[in-house]
Amino acid sequence: MNTILTGKVWKYGDNVDTDVIIPARYLSTSIPSELAPHCMEDIDSTFIKEVKAGDIMVGGSNFGCGSSREHAPLAIAGAGISCVIAVSYARIFYRNAINVGLPIFECPEAVKGIEKGDTVEVDLEKGTITDKTKGKTWTANPFPPFLRDLIGAGGLVPWARKKLKEVRK
Amino acid sequence: MSSFTMAEAIIAAHTKDPVAPGNICGVSVDFAFANDITAPPSIREFANMGAEKVFDPQRCAILPDHFTPNKDIASAEQAKICRDFARKQGMLYWEVGRVGVEHAFLPEQGYVLPGEIILGADSHTCTGGALGALATGVGSTDLAATWALGTTWLRVPETCRVDFEGSPSQWIGGKDLILAVIGKLGVEGARYMALEFHGEGLSKLPLDGRMTMANMAIEAGGKAGLFVPDEAVLAHVKKRAKRPFKAICPDEGAAYAKRISIDLDKLEPVVALPHLPENVKTAKECKNIEIDQVFIGSCTNGRMTDIEQAVKILKGRKIHDRVRLIVIPASYEVYNASLEKGYIRDLTEAGAVICTPTCGPCLGGYMGILAGGERCVSTSNRNFVGRMGSTKSEIILAGPMVAAASALFGRVADPREVE
Repeated sequence: MNTILTGKVWKYGDNVDTDVIIPARYLSTSIPSELAPHCMEDIDSTFIKEVKAGDIMVGGSNFGCGSSREHAPLAIAGAGISCVIAVSYARIFYRNAINVGLPIFECPEAVKGIEKGDTVEVDLEKGTITDKTKGKTWTANPFPPFLRDLIGAGGLVPWARKKLKEVRK
Repeated sequence: MSSFTMAEAIIAAHTKDPVAPGNICGVSVDFAFANDITAPPSIREFANMGAEKVFDPQRCAILPDHFTPNKDIASAEQAKICRDFARKQGMLYWEVGRVGVEHAFLPEQGYVLPGEIILGADSHTCTGGALGALATGVGSTDLAATWALGTTWLRVPETCRVDFEGSPSQWIGGKDLILAVIGKLGVEGARYMALEFHGEGLSKLPLDGRMTMANMAIEAGGKAGLFVPDEAVLAHVKKRAKRPFKAICPDEGAAYAKRISIDLDKLEPVVALPHLPENVKTAKECKNIEIDQVFIGSCTNGRMTDIEQAVKILKGRKIHDRVRLIVIPASYEVYNASLEKGYIRDLTEAGAVICTPTCGPCLGGYMGILAGGERCVSTSNRNFVGRMGSTKSEIILAGPMVAAASALFGRVADPREVE
């Protein structure tokens, strides 16, 4: 995986809920490419028309609140978003993003400084966020050690596969 | 030995890891379930994990309730994936006609028990906290790993203790209490925390009302909404429990990260205005808001007490000409009891339409979708933009008494206006 991500910013406010990320009426599939065309359509009809692979989504506090639907991070990733930066995340979305391999960062200062349309570079390993348009850099809150191990193992699926093998021994 | 809050005490009984807020613990899971939307991705990831058998077929379940009876071909295909997997695994599964909305059906049938850890691939799994279980929602991949391993990881939550003082009037239900809490805390006031509810006045609240409250802990960002199991809970589970269990209570002197109190003597019937559950106002203040539809049902308010409260207001009266009233009993037990007691007749005579148990309109699935510019008073749990249909529609959350009174007046109404 490329550890340096660069893209244009799509910025939203506080309490972006899973119903607007991917409305329930489209949940008769869980395939990212089928979900993606409807991602964010209820609050931003331009997003899916103009988003480019690698773009970055920025949200306020409590990002991903609401439903447990894993379809939400799948739709965001399916739309081409490489990473989400927010002030804070709702807990189920946080777990889901890690589990499906959508990189997420918590960094209130970066959210405050970044504007829609800015070009931002994220270093996944160092956890640094650079707004190239504004020439500013911030460092995101680090993940707890267990989650770093989980992410390092490639996510929950390979982690569980390994654990299952240990149990079977 | 430290003093544990209820969430900490339940986690401690399920882990070998040190338990303190913020720690991540590996825990055993007593029951793990998914629905017809969240199970198909779980089934896919279960296979990707190389898993073959669920850890215990009597502790793993799929409940088809969101798009069932199937609303279109795509949802029928999803339901078939669920059915085929459940049959192959020999795990718990109930077909349409015998199932109900998951968070009403599982506690009703004795699958959610005090002191247990319950994981569900649905955010309103926290409903189980009414029975004293640490029940919490996760996504599909997390659920798949639990089906495979029988364990998961949990971050030990800080606990926000809510003390209810005084006692509620007859016009106040669980929905009014939890909306008062969310109004006070805000939609992220309990983010990553467990809510622990206390207060003598709560004993006056039927178990159904406590389920409404635990159900909406997630709407304040909570991981769980917990009640200390009392005699009413133990009497309920004694008759129904499908497994042996051990009730767990919080320790005296436990450390709470946050505390709030609500005065029940002063509480009036309330609503949450669009588009967040924290926009709480008294129903009285909102009398000028006209409505097009009323929905009474969902995992929040589709239980027996909810139907009874609605009937108390609607029996012998006619709903407003301009209003559509949709009533959905949350399970067949509720449906059949409503039939026996004559409630279904009371409701249809008032002008309601009764639908088979389903999540349907709550998540904008089907059976009650709103057009642009329409407004619905709903007993469900979320009033987000576009949740029940058009992004230009509006949802006002309320308990069944406010909802029923609103159906009569064609506008938001306080149930005391009916007298």
